[in-house]
Amino acid sequence: MSREMNIDKSKMTVVEGSYAVAHSVKVCKPNVISAYPITPQTHIVEDLSQFMADGEIPNCEYLNVESEFSALSALVGSAAVGARCYSATTSQGLELMHEVLFNVSGMRLPVVMTVTNRAVSAPISIWNDQQDSISQRDTGWIQMHAENIQEISDMTAQAYKISEDKDIMMPSMVCMDGFILSHVYEPLVLLEQDITDEFLPRYEPEYTLDPKNPLSFGAFADPNYYTEFRYMQQQAMERSLKKIEDVAEEFYDMYGRYFGGLIDEYQTEDADIILMAMGSIVGTIKDVVDKLRENNVKVGLLKVRTFRPFPAEAITNVIKDAKVVVVLDKNISLGLNEGALFTETKSVLYNTDIRVPTIGYMIGHGGRDIKMDTIERIIDEATEVMKTGIKKESQFVDVREDLL
Amino acid sequence: MKSLLVPGHRGCAGCCDAMAAKFTLMAAGEDCIVVNPTGCLEVMTTPYPETAWAVPWIHSLFENAGAVGSGIEAGLKALGKMNDTKVIVMGGDGGTLDIGMQAISGAFERGHDMTYVCIDNEAYMNTGVQRSGATPFNASTTTSPSGKVSFGNDRPKKNMPAIMVAHGSPYVATCSIGFPKDMIRKVERAVEVEGPTYIHSHAPCTTGWGFDTSKTVEVAKMAVMTGLWPLYEMEDGEVTRVKKLGKKVQPVEEYLKMQRRFKHLFTMEGGEERIAQIQALADKNIEDYGL
Repeated sequence: MSREMNIDKSKMTVVEGSYAVAHSVKVCKPNVISAYPITPQTHIVEDLSQFMADGEIPNCEYLNVESEFSALSALVGSAAVGARCYSATTSQGLELMHEVLFNVSGMRLPVVMTVTNRAVSAPISIWNDQQDSISQRDTGWIQMHAENIQEISDMTAQAYKISEDKDIMMPSMVCMDGFILSHVYEPLVLLEQDITDEFLPRYEPEYTLDPKNPLSFGAFADPNYYTEFRYMQQQAMERSLKKIEDVAEEFYDMYGRYFGGLIDEYQTEDADIILMAMGSIVGTIKDVVDKLRENNVKVGLLKVRTFRPFPAEAITNVIKDAKVVVVLDKNISLGLNEGALFTETKSVLYNTDIRVPTIGYMIGHGGRDIKMDTIERIIDEATEVMKTGIKKESQFVDVREDLL
Repeated sequence: MKSLLVPGHRGCAGCCDAMAAKFTLMAAGEDCIVVNPTGCLEVMTTPYPETAWAVPWIHSLFENAGAVGSGIEAGLKALGKMNDTKVIVMGGDGGTLDIGMQAISGAFERGHDMTYVCIDNEAYMNTGVQRSGATPFNASTTTSPSGKVSFGNDRPKKNMPAIMVAHGSPYVATCSIGFPKDMIRKVERAVEVEGPTYIHSHAPCTTGWGFDTSKTVEVAKMAVMTGLWPLYEMEDGEVTRVKKLGKKVQPVEEYLKMQRRFKHLFTMEGGEERIAQIQALADKNIEDYGL
């Protein structure tokens, strides 16, 4: 449930989303930053570069690498010697990292990386959707999505605490919608250095590459051993479900800010219609919910904050009593005609006693604007589903027939 | 001297990689961290849960060893742990000249204090002797086989040391596992020089090249003695030392006939002409480097 936040308004400042992230990274005291420029991630790495140039990040090396592939590869080495590591990327850059993503998680290196979500080519598009990070869902990275710049700023520190926990040791992808959040100026409280020094302990991994205690990292595993590595990663992901909630609570206690752990809810308690979504669209939906609530439409929002690990239990607990669930996805699995959040939500309901009609909409691809009117229309259609059942299970929104 | 690559690994009898790795570690000593891209050396030394490495060692992927090495160096620096620790990458020719080229280029351009050792056995041996950018002219491999209308690989080797010199590397040297003392001296120099240094070691592969397992060193020596693999050092772009051959120089035929991968040159019509072309490559090396 949304909570009362204790935000000291005198501490609020107006900055760009990218600056807020860069500031958070600085406050988390990374040892190695490695990045390659790609729109709309650039402002983050530019701001970090300026911090470096001004000597504001001590004990840190900044690597201007020659590709995203090397950006993350360099961090494999840095994390293995015990450095706290950071990178940021998006879209094509994230896809280029694909092979390295598996490698980082397989070696249990707790790298934290911002993804400024952007559509993937072809056709090339610099604008927002979430196809890039969704396409990396099986790589063993914790994946979290933020609703606004305060949340992405705070989530960055939370991600380090979650990933570096000895019981977890899995990397985190903290996602913010490209441009919509990365380039927007909003008021927020920048991550506080004094509280963060207390909140986030030093990174002290159990195992490092150290000539005094030589260990081998990245050995090959034959069929007698491979399965257990994957099994242990899955167990760590399961442990992280609780850790993510705990860290959000601890953050709330120390900083007074809370945007949910695995999920967050808005007006769901008595809702007949529950919308589910991730990222900045959540803000738009909240406005629509407020508007429709004035007309006594019983509609609510389930914000999915953590996509990996998938919060199956948290989701089912919220939607079990709804009359219809509407899932909005800024991605598509081509050939299935469904977005990932929709598919996975349906999958967790199967084999349960919950029989709630669930429909999916694929929306906002390649940065197409998502208007309140569109959300309202979707809610109208959901109201129809409540009465007459599902006619169309999953569909694109606002396809321009004139272009087909 | 304590061996830092311990026995029990799964290398073939007469394995060139094991020799090259051992010589490199003899030069580098215990205070080093080794990065090893995917390849024979990686597979044969680290079948989980065993390892042959008595120094810290990491394998990430095939094409990113240069980047991983640079990240290790950056991490050590940031943590104040660099001290005298040497960062050493040991990669095969595929992982160096082909798929790993970009990551190495980036690491050298950024000027990291690390040494890259290419162990060049002139094809993708781990996957079954497929052609690489380091495969020499007219060698027969499984993806550049000789046949009724082919003499095998139709391109000369990529000149990787020259590329690394062009990156402004302060120290680039070629060596051979056939001359261990020379190799050890060069690796010692490479790890001592600050900045990104490059060692390119010729390494004959008994399995891939087709010669008896007892002949690895002999074949390696012959490559050098024909002038096909010149041994030289370059500091700040200038050749500072070469291994002179003088009157001991051997005709390339002596080298080619030791190996199955060149056998077709002695049986196919037109083979003589091909051997003459290979001799011309050696002659050019002899002239260029004043061997």
